[in-house]
Amino acid sequence: MTEKLDIKAIRNDFPILSRTVYDRPLIYLDNAATTQKPRCVVEAIEHVYYHQNANIHRGVHYLSQRATEAHETARATVRDFIHATSSNEIVFTRGTTEAINLLATSYGETFCKEGDEIIISAMEHHANIVPWQMLRDRKGIKLKIVPLTELGELDIPAFEQLLSGRTKLVSLAHVSNVLGTINPVKEIIEKAHAHNIPVLIDGAQAVSHMPVDMQQIDADFYVFSGHKIYGPNGIGVLYGKEKWLDMLPPYHGGGEMIAHVTFEKTIFADLPFKFEAGTPDYVGSVALATAMNYLSSFGMENIAAYENDLLRDATEKMMKIDGMRIYGTSPRKSSVISFLVNDIHPFDMGTLLDKLGIAVRTGHHCAMPLMSALGIDGTLRASFAFYNTHEEIDALIAGIERITKMF
Amino acid sequence: MTINEKQDQIVETFEEYTDWMDKYAYLIEIGNNLSPLDPKSKVNQNLIEGCQSRVWLDAEYTNGIIHFMAESDAVIVKGIVSLLIDVVSGHTPDEILNTDLYFIDKIGLKEHLSPTRANGLLAMVKQIKLYALAFKTKG
Ligand SMILES: Cc1ncc(COP(=O)(O)O)c(C=O)c1O
Repeated sequence: MTEKLDIKAIRNDFPILSRTVYDRPLIYLDNAATTQKPRCVVEAIEHVYYHQNANIHRGVHYLSQRATEAHETARATVRDFIHATSSNEIVFTRGTTEAINLLATSYGETFCKEGDEIIISAMEHHANIVPWQMLRDRKGIKLKIVPLTELGELDIPAFEQLLSGRTKLVSLAHVSNVLGTINPVKEIIEKAHAHNIPVLIDGAQAVSHMPVDMQQIDADFYVFSGHKIYGPNGIGVLYGKEKWLDMLPPYHGGGEMIAHVTFEKTIFADLPFKFEAGTPDYVGSVALATAMNYLSSFGMENIAAYENDLLRDATEKMMKIDGMRIYGTSPRKSSVISFLVNDIHPFDMGTLLDKLGIAVRTGHHCAMPLMSALGIDGTLRASFAFYNTHEEIDALIAGIERITKMF
Repeated sequence: MTINEKQDQIVETFEEYTDWMDKYAYLIEIGNNLSPLDPKSKVNQNLIEGCQSRVWLDAEYTNGIIHFMAESDAVIVKGIVSLLIDVVSGHTPDEILNTDLYFIDKIGLKEHLSPTRANGLLAMVKQIKLYALAFKTKG
């Protein structure tokens, strides 16, 4: 049984939600791009700077030890939040993009050779395409693309056909940032593992919307960004099973990631530090952990259930609008709706919704290959967070109806 | 009319609209009334690719006067494009080069010319001046 959330109280935790734009109340429906921050997250940043700021890991002094403890406690919080087994499996990065680039370099250079294949899908964000293309151009590997079904789901039989002795990695989104489709990652990972192929999951659009459990889905690598889960911008997470991270060489070299350096040779530090060259974002880590604790206080199941209500309500009401086309109609969706109305250009609709105080995203959403597959240039995208309300959905619907009449 | 007289006239018209939505309704009307670009002008060579919308711009030079033709895939952009080419068409390269296109700012649409908007309009304004410069040097 899920519990009801007190949305009004939750909204009060997010100061930005009470501001106005163009003299209208802000209706923020661009949560897939970035989420707003609760007061506790911003206060955590302030607290670190005002009360425990010191560079970590190499200080004997009091403050440095407190800061180090806080950073490592944050790592443990992330570990627990995604049910990893060990803190050694949690590497802090700058975000999803950096985490994927890290793997494209460290994993790609170690395990991929000419003629090998990496499987991605037609619904990937550019962050999960371009690093692999760069690896392809360095190594002469091939990218295999899982096609989508009519509903905007991965074509699983086609995926199985792509798995081969040459496949070195499968790298797929957990949730599509355009279609909202929640991919059956557990099933996909099982199928890949049956061929001894490791799987990387891009969880950027998943972690803020549902419970994510590494033990349950058994991903080899899982990556996400702090700013999409109510945390600060500039920090993200690479989860990797210890056995894999152990085998990978470091991505960047520098301080923090070493055990011993002479001019002849460097011995790298143990996990997870060998992947964290330089002074890590020990402020961002603490603030990210604060965001996760904040979410855990409500329960991810409850957040998922409420957002699912919002999604259903919005979908039903939008479908009643004449000329409405929704892209991504899987029965398993997170709270993202991509749409077009009649032949109204997304830029036009987005500009006018903005003037009504409604923030949505327009364009290709960093998924140009997906746009090509759908045969369009772009969409409008409304994406909901657990602080959004049914009243805001009604305002969106009224806005779309009003604007549609203007063309 | 001089370029500035045309600009002032647009500013005056827009002063009637105090509400954003009315202003945009008017822009949409103008955009819808812009005659479509001749297919021979609507080619990649004349395309200004914005991230959000596209603009095509072509120009003709006869008897010392430039005439601009343009289109966009977004109607609001088309409305602004239509105003822009009305203002600068029918003038000499020098008049266009020496002009300050202040009307967009004055009618409250400056945001559409910001580099972050990525709708092709800023590049279009630059392109208009480049056409003027090219025709001037050609003589
Ligand atoms: C599915 C997906 N992957 C990757 C990213 C990139 O995230 P970031 O820009 O935070 O690195 C995004 C962000 O839009 C995304 O939605």
